[in-house]
Amino acid sequence: MYHYNDFDAAFLAERNRQFRAQVERRVSGALTEDEFKPLRLMNGLYLQLHAYMLRVAIPYGTLSSAQMDKLALLADKWDKGYGHFTTRQNIQYNWPKLTDVPDMLDALGEVNLHAIQTSGNTIRNVTADHFAGAAADEIEDPRPVAELIRQWSTDHPEFQFMGRKFKIAVSGAAADRAVLKAHDLAVRIVKNDAGETGYQILVGGGLGRTPMIGKVINDFLPKADVLPYIEAVVSVWNQIGRRDNKYKARIKITVHEHGLDDIRARVEERFQQVRKTFGGHDQRLLAKIEAHFAAPTFRDAPTAAYDLAYDANPMFRSWADTNLTAHRAQGYSIVTVSLKKHGETPGDATSEQMRVLADLARKYGHDELRISHEQNVILPHVHKSDLPAIYDALRDADLHTANIGLVSDIIACPGMDYCALATARSIPVAQQIATRFDELKLEHDIGHLQIKISGCINACGHHHVGHIGILGLDRAGVENYQITLGGDATWDAAIGQRAGPGFAYDEIVPAIERLVQGYLELRDGPEETFLAAYRRLGLAPFKAYLYPEVQANAA
Amino acid sequence: MARAFTPKVITANALIEGDVIYLTADDSWSRNLAEAELLTDEAHAQLRLLEAEQQAGEIVGAYLADATSGDTGPEPTHFREEFRRTGPSNYFHGKQADTARDSKAL
Repeated sequence: MYHYNDFDAAFLAERNRQFRAQVERRVSGALTEDEFKPLRLMNGLYLQLHAYMLRVAIPYGTLSSAQMDKLALLADKWDKGYGHFTTRQNIQYNWPKLTDVPDMLDALGEVNLHAIQTSGNTIRNVTADHFAGAAADEIEDPRPVAELIRQWSTDHPEFQFMGRKFKIAVSGAAADRAVLKAHDLAVRIVKNDAGETGYQILVGGGLGRTPMIGKVINDFLPKADVLPYIEAVVSVWNQIGRRDNKYKARIKITVHEHGLDDIRARVEERFQQVRKTFGGHDQRLLAKIEAHFAAPTFRDAPTAAYDLAYDANPMFRSWADTNLTAHRAQGYSIVTVSLKKHGETPGDATSEQMRVLADLARKYGHDELRISHEQNVILPHVHKSDLPAIYDALRDADLHTANIGLVSDIIACPGMDYCALATARSIPVAQQIATRFDELKLEHDIGHLQIKISGCINACGHHHVGHIGILGLDRAGVENYQITLGGDATWDAAIGQRAGPGFAYDEIVPAIERLVQGYLELRDGPEETFLAAYRRLGLAPFKAYLYPEVQANAA
Repeated sequence: MARAFTPKVITANALIEGDVIYLTADDSWSRNLAEAELLTDEAHAQLRLLEAEQQAGEIVGAYLADATSGDTGPEPTHFREEFRRTGPSNYFHGKQADTARDSKAL
């Protein structure tokens, strides 16, 4: 875990003091809303449908127990007793009062958290593989370089008023769990043929109105060059990216219009200028940061307690089969705690649940928690012998849902239940799909299937890369839902294909049920996932299940 | 030909609380849509919007929202305004819960 030094603490305190004065000036009338709005957005404060919303960054998705406890305190003291974890590893509070926000930010500062650059046309919160430091397939922990990027990008004078926002993701593993190819820029830790560790850099990915898959701009960047190279990329885009049309302002459009080779040449030229200005300070800083992320001391202990519970308790066994992932240390597991109980709001956690998770991390998990872009919470380092006790505590807190990677583990943006930009609801569709498949008792039979739902074209719910994507729109004053199929959020990233005409609010859940039942009939066997079946068969047979009337009419 | 004017209410968010409010005929702000002034004349509506925008110390983002005349007062015509009037639909909280609590207290 990174701990703030005196410079970080002083910077944040000063920034919070400034914002407190800005709020006071807005309330006194010294600032108009037009003047105040960019200031509050820089500090993560939005005005949504029903209230203000404070978006707090969880850098690269990592939290300590003390930080999670503080998030719970904010929920209780200044909000409605819960928080919402997002697809960008942030937490959102949906109900703060404007005049309470400075106190909330000061409280966050006490545990090295902030809301800076969680909005606005800046470099946003850096996201990472949620299994960082724990995954068995990892080359190197991506969080030190993510923290380096966070420090470099925070209040970077050149990048505070760009044409649009800029999102960076980092991963150090063979499998991509961070949706690298859907980011403006991604850093992937790789090894070259000589066995040296370096970075592969991708640019130009993004979802939203014009979804694009990220492309490799540099196949192997020496580690020491990472910051100057990223600075060169952002700088080139900041200069030539379009400012005439906000829908064409992201780097994905710049790369598309200029071509990757042209952008690469411009970046290379800029990089040669920028590199000289760094002078090695960044590498000395990185060395210090790396010390903060030293791996915990893993213990060598018997796992008999786990085996016993696994054999004796079918509920525990089901949970263990679904929610555990292989850890790099012998005898350890990565635990994914589902925030997707059937019928509940995806990504919501009550303050009490946050405290339970903090306690579990303190007691059994080396004080570490992670938030995934899939809106779940992770205990990254757990010895297997502690799993039965953890399961019992999770069950008491209603956090024991065994559905990771299954049809009810749905990503859903806040949609029109909260968001001012939404064109339709997202959460209730997720709630109803999860409830329906729970009633059918089919989800373990269906196997790995990712449904991702967005309530507008901006695609916060990642619908383009869902195996089944659902996009909610406003069609002539009523909610209408478009389905895309075959999207993929992994290293084999793909944008889903639109299936056909949209469905009304009361038709979308039955349509998904027909589609999934259709998959069960079409698949080769239980081993063939929905995505694999789709890739083998294409859109047509699935369409027949989605639009049976059309088929009947044509016959 | 310009589209015929449809009835409107003026709505905004409160500056401090951020919650949904409506302009009433007596120039105050109500949290209850049924108490809003229903504006049926376009020129009058534009004038009232200007007057609402003058109250920048109390409100944020005033705009004209489509509404229709109902039994107890103005009602929304679009689902977005229905959610703003009621609160989130994923479970019972927000404005609907606050209103229920307030009426219980009376």
